[in-house]
Amino acid sequence: MQAWEGFTPGTWQEEVDVRQFIQLNYEPYEGDNSFLTEATEATKELWKQFMELAKQERERGGVLDMDTRIVSGITSHGPGYLNKERERIVGLQTDKPFKRALQPYGGIRMAESACESYGFKLDPEIERIFSTFRKTHNQGVFDAYTPAMKLARKSGVITGLPDAYGRGRIIGDYRRVALYGTDFLVKNKQDELSFFDERPMSEDVIRSREEIAEQIRALGELREMAASYGYDISKPAATAQEAFQWLYFGYLAAIKEQNGAAMSLGRTSTFLDIYVARDLKAGKLTEQEAQELVDHFVMKLRMVKFARTPEYNQLFSGDPTWVTESLGGIGLDGRPLVTKNTFRFLHTLQTLGPSPEPNLTVLWSTRLPQKFKEYCARMTIQTSSIQYENDDIMRPHFGDDYGIACCVSAMRIGKQMQFFGARANLAKALLYAINGGVDEKMKVQVTPPMRPIRSDKLDYDEVMAAFDHVMEWLAELYIHTLNVIHYMHDKYCYERLEMALHDQETMRTMATGIAGLSVAVDSLSAIKYASVRPVRDEDGIAVDYVVEGEYPAYGNNDDRADKIAVDLVKRFMRKLKKHQTYRQSRTTMSVLTITSNVVYGKLTGNTPDGRKQGEPFAPGANPMHGRDKKGAIASLASVAKLPYEYALDGISNTFSIVPGALGKSEQERVRNLTAILDGYTAKDGHHLNINVFDKNTLLDAMEHPEQYPQLTIRVSGYAVNFIKLTREQQLDVINRTFHEKI
Amino acid sequence: MEQQQGRIHSIETSGMVDGPGIRYVIFLQGCLLRCQYCHNPDTWAIGKGRIVTVRELVDEIRGYLPFMRFSGGGVTVSGGEPLLQVDFLLALFRTLKEELGVHTAIDSSGGCFTKQAHFFESLQQLMRYTDLVLLDLKQIDPQKHLELTGKPNAHILEFARFLSDAKVPVWIRHVLVPGLSDDEADLRKLSEFIKTLTNVERVEILPYHEMGTYKYEQMGIEYPLLHTKPPDEETIRRAKEILGAE
Repeated sequence: MQAWEGFTPGTWQEEVDVRQFIQLNYEPYEGDNSFLTEATEATKELWKQFMELAKQERERGGVLDMDTRIVSGITSHGPGYLNKERERIVGLQTDKPFKRALQPYGGIRMAESACESYGFKLDPEIERIFSTFRKTHNQGVFDAYTPAMKLARKSGVITGLPDAYGRGRIIGDYRRVALYGTDFLVKNKQDELSFFDERPMSEDVIRSREEIAEQIRALGELREMAASYGYDISKPAATAQEAFQWLYFGYLAAIKEQNGAAMSLGRTSTFLDIYVARDLKAGKLTEQEAQELVDHFVMKLRMVKFARTPEYNQLFSGDPTWVTESLGGIGLDGRPLVTKNTFRFLHTLQTLGPSPEPNLTVLWSTRLPQKFKEYCARMTIQTSSIQYENDDIMRPHFGDDYGIACCVSAMRIGKQMQFFGARANLAKALLYAINGGVDEKMKVQVTPPMRPIRSDKLDYDEVMAAFDHVMEWLAELYIHTLNVIHYMHDKYCYERLEMALHDQETMRTMATGIAGLSVAVDSLSAIKYASVRPVRDEDGIAVDYVVEGEYPAYGNNDDRADKIAVDLVKRFMRKLKKHQTYRQSRTTMSVLTITSNVVYGKLTGNTPDGRKQGEPFAPGANPMHGRDKKGAIASLASVAKLPYEYALDGISNTFSIVPGALGKSEQERVRNLTAILDGYTAKDGHHLNINVFDKNTLLDAMEHPEQYPQLTIRVSGYAVNFIKLTREQQLDVINRTFHEKI
Repeated sequence: MEQQQGRIHSIETSGMVDGPGIRYVIFLQGCLLRCQYCHNPDTWAIGKGRIVTVRELVDEIRGYLPFMRFSGGGVTVSGGEPLLQVDFLLALFRTLKEELGVHTAIDSSGGCFTKQAHFFESLQQLMRYTDLVLLDLKQIDPQKHLELTGKPNAHILEFARFLSDAKVPVWIRHVLVPGLSDDEADLRKLSEFIKTLTNVERVEILPYHEMGTYKYEQMGIEYPLLHTKPPDEETIRRAKEILGAE
């Protein structure tokens, strides 16, 4: 076949096997960045248009335009362009750039509220259809929720559940569209369907048959959508431009169908490099044209938008989409998976400037080529737009063709998906242990009645026993709640296209999470090593705590506190694992808050560590700000102790430092930053967001947002455009620890 | 030796400006000088601070080895004046070298240097386990030095000479304070002095900053440089030029 000419053949030609294609055909690159070129005139012109639209969007309060009548689907809109003459990669979510689609399958109330909060009015006919004739995911969930689930949700001991919005965190293997074309993929799915012909018609088999049929239908729609742009993607891509375009069409179809909380891209740069390298060799493409393809593709990824509500934005602020692209890493055979295209993707931070999306995620290994490491560090110092995750601890679990969904969730591409489970609030659970399950703010019994702790001074063993009991209850309720959610999501808001780009034998995980780890740890440490006296209100509920004496805080590489953190992670994970999950999914856990650490803080009363009611938690697995007294490396060493095996859905850590504290010269800063990453990786730390900033820059950006349209800052697991954060979130970012010892 | 005790003020695990690479910086308690611009006045008092043993420190430092190895970093002892606890330092560095093989540095102003028997013997031994000295030369003019720090500088210059003779690598550091240590003639004299030394690997200008001011307020002592501002870019550039700093 002409499209595969020049590629090393293999069984990938008979059956879907993108990984084998990559392994047989990619060329590792160990050189530096000197081959990179500047943006082309076309790129500059398009980017100017983009920035103008971004400005207009900001001026209109965050949303430029919205569909209120056309329900989004793969073929719902005709072709749309930013600038048809100039763009090398085409395709928009709706008919116009920056216009947000109407996606009501997750929940019609959410869609309606998203419209209203930005001054749009949902078409009454749509409202009628989705409340009278077509049930949504949200309605299904609330039909099945128990009173206990609703109460736990309301009190905030479990929060952020994907019960009113799309769950996301599923990565279609969009590369398959480019490598095989849709005919091959449809044929493959038809074969999969036929495997189920002779089986007994159990519920599982019937569901699988229906799902595969839907997947085949979605692939047909994908082909149709591409045809409307003038491309026939039924056959494999034959050039680099086609490979980018086919792959993007696959992704575009997914985001037209789903408004998932995180719509990640996968691991595409090295795959695409194979096509670029072939065209470069054949003289069909120049380096500048190759960069242009990457720039235009990335520009499209930067344009991804979803209609969301203010409540959603509180949890996940700054309008994130988590178009996460995983870069680099090391192959199972020891060759680095870094190619020239990996550099080109990172280079977009210069050709187009810094940006939170796509969420560029470097899979770091101490064995990555030194030049690549240094380039990453330089880009971080200049743009604060990159996150890093430890390939050396993920590879044994996920192989060498996994990608990160959302922030820190690793999954084998096209072979694994997750049921996103938001998070349980461990800090609040600790307060329940003290108060016998009565919520400290709502003053109602949330757990089944338990004996409250009545002593004047809290005793560690007594509190820990009660806490263990509450965690037991919480783990069970949490898993049950997630089972309801994902049953309904599969039923009413199934990801047809994304799952069409998965194997039928896909591994599913039930991805739970915890928030408030550092607050719970420090509270327990205070109870154990200092003296904590509860202050009780007239009903006997502990509403405040008097801490006397010093206690070792998490984040100082002090085992007295850090061991409590390790214990809590293991303990809660073990409890979660006891419970049966929907579709026999494998239970995992993350220590990640995204920006919900602020909301969780609001929902949680005073805690025994001395934190006051309403004060934000630390994000993710971070130590509480101001309590790490021994500097950045001690803090990293503490977080690195959390066992990844017990938190396979990821352990998020955000690290902010002023440039001057990283070293005196550019060269020293680059060396020290790569050493921080190598050291953290060698210590088995999982994830690191790195910001290199002066606090004054952020303060100035708060006052003069118009001067900082592209200022990007990494928060828990993703990056945001700083000026899109609420003032409250901005202050939270600024108040957090900035390592600035110079 | 492992049970040898020292008095420390604090620990900074991510020192990246006190010697090469990522460094575990131990701030020792106690100093003889009273520099007007000192940003760590809380390290002055002698006999205070937290007591730690060499064993405790070495065990803790072991956990940071990956960061040190990847960055070419190590351990820096600063203060206060580290050489006031010379015997502790000797025990610490010897154990660090023998057990961990890490790079060792001392950040000193030489304010307690003397050729008196015990101190000098210990110092000479210590230098066998020391890879680098970050030496503060605050002011070349003796009278101005006395005003600035409360002590004359003859023995400090003698310390610099001693290090040169002992062939201990040195980074010279000069804190640049407008009006106190930025006079061009003084800087030239300082430069002449530095040129007589044979062991200088680097000269660093540390522009005065105001980040220590709050400590004076906390301690309830008057801050002598209340109205002094950090030096401007031009002054820094000129000082760097004169001293051949990077």
